[in-house]
Amino acid sequence: MGLSTRDVLDIPSLSDGDIRLILDTAQKMKEISKRPVKKVPTLRGKTIVNFFYEPSTRTKVSFDLAAKRLSADAVSISAGSSSIVKGETLIDTVRNLEVMQPDVIVIRHSSAGAPHLVARHVGVPVINAGDGMHAHPTQALLDMMTVMEKKGDIRGLRLAIIGDIARSRVARSNMEGFTRMGASVVVAAPPTMIPRGIEAFDVDVTHNMEAAIADADVIMMLRIQNERKAAFLFSTPREYAKVYGLNAAKLKNARSDVLIMHPGPLNRGVEISPDVADGEFSLILDQVENGVAVRMALFFLMMGGQRHAED
Amino acid sequence: MLKINGGRVVDPGHLDGVQDIIVADGRILDIVDHNAATAYDDGISRTIDAAGRVVVPGLIDMHVHFREPGHEYKETIATGCRAAASGGFTAVCPMPNTDPVNDRAQVCRFICQQAENSGVGVRVHPVGAISVGLSGEALSEYGDLKAAGAVALSDDGNPVSNDQLMRRAMEYARGFGLPVISHCEMLSLIAGGVMNEGIVAARMGLPGIPNAAESVMVARDIALCELTGAALHIAHVSTRESVQLIRAAKDRGVPVTAETAPHFFMLTDQAVENYDTNAKVNPPLRAETDRAAVREAVADGTIDVIACDHAPHSVLEKEVEFDAAANGISGIETSLGLSLSLVKEGGISMERLVIMMSTAPARILGLDSGLEKGAIADITIIDPDAAWTVDRDRFISLGKNTPFHGWELTGRAAMTIVAGQVVFDGTTARTA
Repeated sequence: MGLSTRDVLDIPSLSDGDIRLILDTAQKMKEISKRPVKKVPTLRGKTIVNFFYEPSTRTKVSFDLAAKRLSADAVSISAGSSSIVKGETLIDTVRNLEVMQPDVIVIRHSSAGAPHLVARHVGVPVINAGDGMHAHPTQALLDMMTVMEKKGDIRGLRLAIIGDIARSRVARSNMEGFTRMGASVVVAAPPTMIPRGIEAFDVDVTHNMEAAIADADVIMMLRIQNERKAAFLFSTPREYAKVYGLNAAKLKNARSDVLIMHPGPLNRGVEISPDVADGEFSLILDQVENGVAVRMALFFLMMGGQRHAED
Repeated sequence: MLKINGGRVVDPGHLDGVQDIIVADGRILDIVDHNAATAYDDGISRTIDAAGRVVVPGLIDMHVHFREPGHEYKETIATGCRAAASGGFTAVCPMPNTDPVNDRAQVCRFICQQAENSGVGVRVHPVGAISVGLSGEALSEYGDLKAAGAVALSDDGNPVSNDQLMRRAMEYARGFGLPVISHCEMLSLIAGGVMNEGIVAARMGLPGIPNAAESVMVARDIALCELTGAALHIAHVSTRESVQLIRAAKDRGVPVTAETAPHFFMLTDQAVENYDTNAKVNPPLRAETDRAAVREAVADGTIDVIACDHAPHSVLEKEVEFDAAANGISGIETSLGLSLSLVKEGGISMERLVIMMSTAPARILGLDSGLEKGAIADITIIDPDAAWTVDRDRFISLGKNTPFHGWELTGRAAMTIVAGQVVFDGTTARTA
């Protein structure tokens, strides 16, 4: 059994069955990373190119480790060290990569739709590792995996996403992913951070954070970028923290079994207070850990690995 | 002598019936009842069978980009003219955003000369720049530009952001009897936007351009038009708010005119789905409510002109990331076919189409248009029933960037005649 799609470009490119298969496979993959020898031979002889046009630590290392744990050869390229600095176009770059016969191309790019452009021009499966403000499907998958681990099921849960929804690919993919899997989603932010056209997503919208987290099973905080101040999206980090930041006082009104997530990197003291980030409800590091498992699952499923990976 | 035989002759306001047109020495010698014996019969050297065709004053596209000088790999004046002729146009107005900019007589004369040298025959009436280098800092020499052939002024591609410069440009242009064509776009409201703001942009994660980015400047320019009394023409109207502003201004007698492009009445921002850069255009394709408002404005006369904003680009500008892609649609070869679909659907009459594609642009720019005895014989013969499929690979234009590739259209130019000379003949030019 494999995926119904060649490329993983965004959540809509996956069927419900694909999502379940990936989450199920990831759960099985997770154990490999806990072995004394953290490597299985499943994808021996396969090659993965991790193409990062945009800075990334967590995601890049995660894809890299996922490949290595399955014995695939992984090559990582970042924008500064590639021919784009010499003016080569994206299509030329990936066509050159393609003839070196990789089995999967992973791409992170600052332009929405760049992975779609790549997928149209190469015959190699493409995984979107984050494109502009558009999508970050592997993040949504690892977030869903993390919630499933704790709650058993996603169906019927209430997810609150707080922060710059308009400019967040994590928010987009999670709104699509969680609603597809039967959760209800509420987003909370100042109106400057809610995109016009939010009705494209089947979510509730509020500007009142307290209301959003009151009945939430999961609270997902998004990083606030200080440079957004220049775009007049908020007044000061101080006021933002006060109105839309998550802290112990606001948490008092949340459910007693609430889960707290954040895709990182954290802006401690702005959108999340340090005590909450490191506190008992926080799943922030579980998310990172599961990221490796989800990416292993994708590589496995996309490169036709055999089931003996579970051995 | 040339005889255009048995076509439905439509010249808004005074002709609509099956008649024969006799052309001699570049002018219309006479228009006579079909099959009536005339004194000219012995001198006819060529008879064009126009049965089932619509014979109209030569079409004028007052908003094209021919890329020469400076970007000849995208389009030259020669290729642009050939494409225009095949699209049914006898005259076109290239915008000044070339390199160098058409902000001086030498460039203007060069453009006219290249048109002449092309031998195509399509009339080229350049639009001069409002400001030197399109930089919005100093006025170009309008008198010189006019003497060199410019028929209007515009900084198209760039808005005129400096309100005072726009006021003075309108006043100064009025002194030369030149209309000012405004590309309305508030750059501070664009703020990195690359498509229409709305549901599609929200889903695609692309920064959006709100309608207000256009309508705020439309409102400013209407106010300046009232202040100065200059002839103002609003380019490529895309939003319902702009339509409302223009309609209200016309109602109180402001001398404003406006154009829209076929893509604004044919498409919405849904065409951008899957990051299709061929549908990336500025202003952007809008929502269905805007498309409906533009259609209504085309029908009721609020929008005076259909001009396609022909903007040819090569794959270098289009086969790239969406936000890095150039704006523009290569439209000169599809403009008539798309506009005829409005006639076919009953949205507008054939007469209204002719007004928008010939009579009105001629009036705004001070050019000739009309089918009457003694008039210059600039004539387009339309086959309203020809079924054809848009195929970008068969475009004459070097710009293959169209979101209409594969569309099945009904109606196109059968023949284009400038000053009595056939500059395009569909029966010989097209093999299918």
